[in-house]
Order: sequence, then C-alpha cells, then structure tokens
Amino acid sequence: MIENNSGFMIEAYGLAKLFGSHAALRSVDLKVGKGECVAILGPNGAGKTTLIKVLATLAKTSGGKVRLAGFDIAKNAVQIRRQIGVVSHQTFLYDNLTAYENLKFYGKMYDVPDLEERIFEVIEQVRLTTRIHDLVRVFSRGMQQRLSIARAILHDPPILLLDEPETGLDQRSTAMLSELLKKLIAGNRTVLMTTHNLEWCLELGNRVMVLDRGRITYEETGHNLGLVELRENYNRHTGVAS
Amino acid sequence: MSKVFAIVWKDILSELRTREIVVSVLVFAILIIVIFNFAFDSGKDAIGLVAPGILWVALTFAGVLSLNRTFAMEREKGCLEGLMLCPVSRDVLYWGKMIASFILMLAIEIIVTPIFLVLYDLPLFVPELILITTLTTLGFVSVGTLFSALTVNIRARDIMLPILFFPIVVPVIIAAVEATQIALDGKPFSDMASWLQIMGAFDAIFLVISAFTFEFVIEE
Repeated sequence: MIENNSGFMIEAYGLAKLFGSHAALRSVDLKVGKGECVAILGPNGAGKTTLIKVLATLAKTSGGKVRLAGFDIAKNAVQIRRQIGVVSHQTFLYDNLTAYENLKFYGKMYDVPDLEERIFEVIEQVRLTTRIHDLVRVFSRGMQQRLSIARAILHDPPILLLDEPETGLDQRSTAMLSELLKKLIAGNRTVLMTTHNLEWCLELGNRVMVLDRGRITYEETGHNLGLVELRENYNRHTGVAS
Repeated sequence: MSKVFAIVWKDILSELRTREIVVSVLVFAILIIVIFNFAFDSGKDAIGLVAPGILWVALTFAGVLSLNRTFAMEREKGCLEGLMLCPVSRDVLYWGKMIASFILMLAIEIIVTPIFLVLYDLPLFVPELILITTLTTLGFVSVGTLFSALTVNIRARDIMLPILFFPIVVPVIIAAVEATQIALDGKPFSDMASWLQIMGAFDAIFLVISAFTFEFVIEE
C-alpha cells in the first residue's frame, strides 16, 4: 500500500460523471477520514448510486480526482478493490450456491488467508451460522442482505461502501442490519453510505450530506442535528416542499 | 490460476444444481438433429455429404444458447458487479468464464455426437472426432465468451449475440465441417491436417485477442 499522506481514506476532488450529455455527478468534493461514517441522502436520480459505483471502481470518472486509502482510482483500481467492501441493494450472491459456497468463492477471489476460519467468523457476526449450508435462494431478503455484509467484510476491508443497503427490508430486518452496521463502524472502518432513511443517517453517520442533481448541496455533522431539522434541511436542499 | 478455477468451480457447481443450461441446450441440439433426420432420407448417398453440416449446425446453434446464459446468469442479483469488484485483472474473469463454458459445451457434445452418429447410421468409433470437437469448441467459446460479455447489457442480447458472433466464428465452423467430413469418410488423418491447422491457428489467435480485449468489453 502506498503511503496515505492526506490522512483521508476517501477523497474526491471535482469528481464528475457524465452519461452522454447527462451529468450524474458535477464537481463533487468529498473527504472521509479514517473511522468516519458519512451518510449521503438524496432523492432518486440524485447520483448516489453513481457516486458509489465510481468509488467502487465499477464506473470510470469523467473528470476530477479520486483517491481511496491513498490509491489513485485511475491508476490503482485493483489495489483499491482490496481496500473496499461494497454492500448494495443487490446482494452479489449466487442463488444456487449455499451461504458457505458463496463466501468460499469470494474468499478465494480475494485471497483471504485462513479462509475456512474467516468464513465461520463472519457468518457468526451476521448470525447465520445455523443456515451456513443452506442455498441462498431459500433465504429471506433480510438474511440475504446480512450474508451480503458477510461477503463484503470477508477480506476485512478498511473501507465500506454501502448503497441503500436497507432497500426492500422490513422493520425488523432493518433494525438488525442497523445493529450489525453499528458494530462494523465501531471497528474503526471508514464507511460511506447512501440511503433514503433519515433516521439511519443520524443513527449511524458521524456526518450527513445531501446529494441533489449530482452536487453535494448540504453537509452537517450528525450529532449537531435532530430528525426534524435534518428533514427540513433535506427538503430545502433537494427542492422538496416541506 | 486458483482464481480462474474458483470461477470455473462456481459456474460448474451452479449448473450441476440447476442443469439450466445443459438440459435446455441438449434438448435443442437433439431436436435439430432429429428434425434434419426426418428431412433427409438417411438411406440416400447424400446423407454422407450433409451429415457433418447437420452436426455442426446443431452444435453451433445450441452453443449460442449456452453462451447467451454465460453472463446473463451473472446479471442476476448483480453478481457481475460482484465479480468486477474482485481484486483481479479482467482476463482472470475471461479465462474462468471461458473454461467453464468450454467444459459445459464439451459435456453437451459428448452426449449429442453419439446420438447423431446412431441416428444417421454413421460409424460410431471415429477417434478423430474428439480432436475436431475439442479444437472447434475451444475456438467457439473463446470468441463466444467475449461476445457474451459484450451483449450482456443489451436488451435484445438473445438476437444480437448470434448476429455479432457467427460471422467471426465462420472459419472454425467451416474447418470443423470439412474435417468431420474427412473423418466420417474414413480418410487418412493427413487429409484433415490443413483443416486442423486452421482450427488450431484460429483458437490460438482468438484466445489471445479475446483475453486481451475482454477488459475493454466488460468495463463500462
């Protein structure tokens, strides 16, 4: 790993992403320090998923500079992939493989040392030990999302990118996911999370940002905010009538 | 190399569980062979001329069905993104998917070819067919895996794949038909050497080109 002189785990300067003539991200500046959890709110089409995809090396930038864990995204994509774990509303899991087989596959792809031991460790963390040899297709949506978190942390990445991980979950599963994420965040991981859930932002995020039409329009430290105030600010900065 | 085999293991295990590709492709290939068998009277001398063509039409069309699923199955649950997030160079993904497709197609051919030989009353023991089939399948999947990745995000991929893929793969199919003809006629091995060389050259060229260009095809 090259030396991360800036001290930030995620840095974006003037980040832009164009799809043809449509600008999904416009000059986004972002800095996330080690151990920090930043929550990004925004309406549909604001550019949240595009931002996560760019940071996860799944989409190329159209302009600007991005560094993760000190690595330049344009030059060191493979090294960056070792430093990140991604949880999306899509689980990236194979339905016809068991939970164990899915983790074994991804573990091999990430060269995880002591893989067997690590699989049982992460499966325990997401409380799926008793279902480890069940096919993923028989799992509920909540269980699949927990297994998706196990997949994302299997290689113990210092950075987690979460793209609306609560999508499609019922209240119980969301609460369970929230507890799980709190533990992961407490483990000194750097987390960047997009969500529509304002309560989650305050519960999990040290910092809250609002992304609207490809721009960061609002930023505040989490503990300075209450839910009502956040909702008002969100509405104001996304043009939603309160 | 272990990552390539991790992808192969995952694809084969997944297929063994569902038999989604093998069963449908197998039925399709056998149907083509049976339909042609009814269309041509196998008692006529002409059958010797058209039989190799029929075999390779069946295997080629069935192969395209199989290739269509190669990357389509990765789209479900965003697994393609999961693969793209792995810290490996893109050619590892290509080799993994290509080898898995190669094994699946060979498995289909191992079943279809004897059925074809029996239905068309052709000699059952033709060892040269093993070499011809292996070389043809390798060329077929080397290009097919690349085009399967290219068309995975296209809405009409079921149609687009054969349209883009067949013109490229024509040389290896022609060589396969000619070499199969020579093998079924019982002519000496030296007679088919030039066709085998064409297949070998095609395989070598397209394995290298496909592995090299895969990154540009699969990336956004």
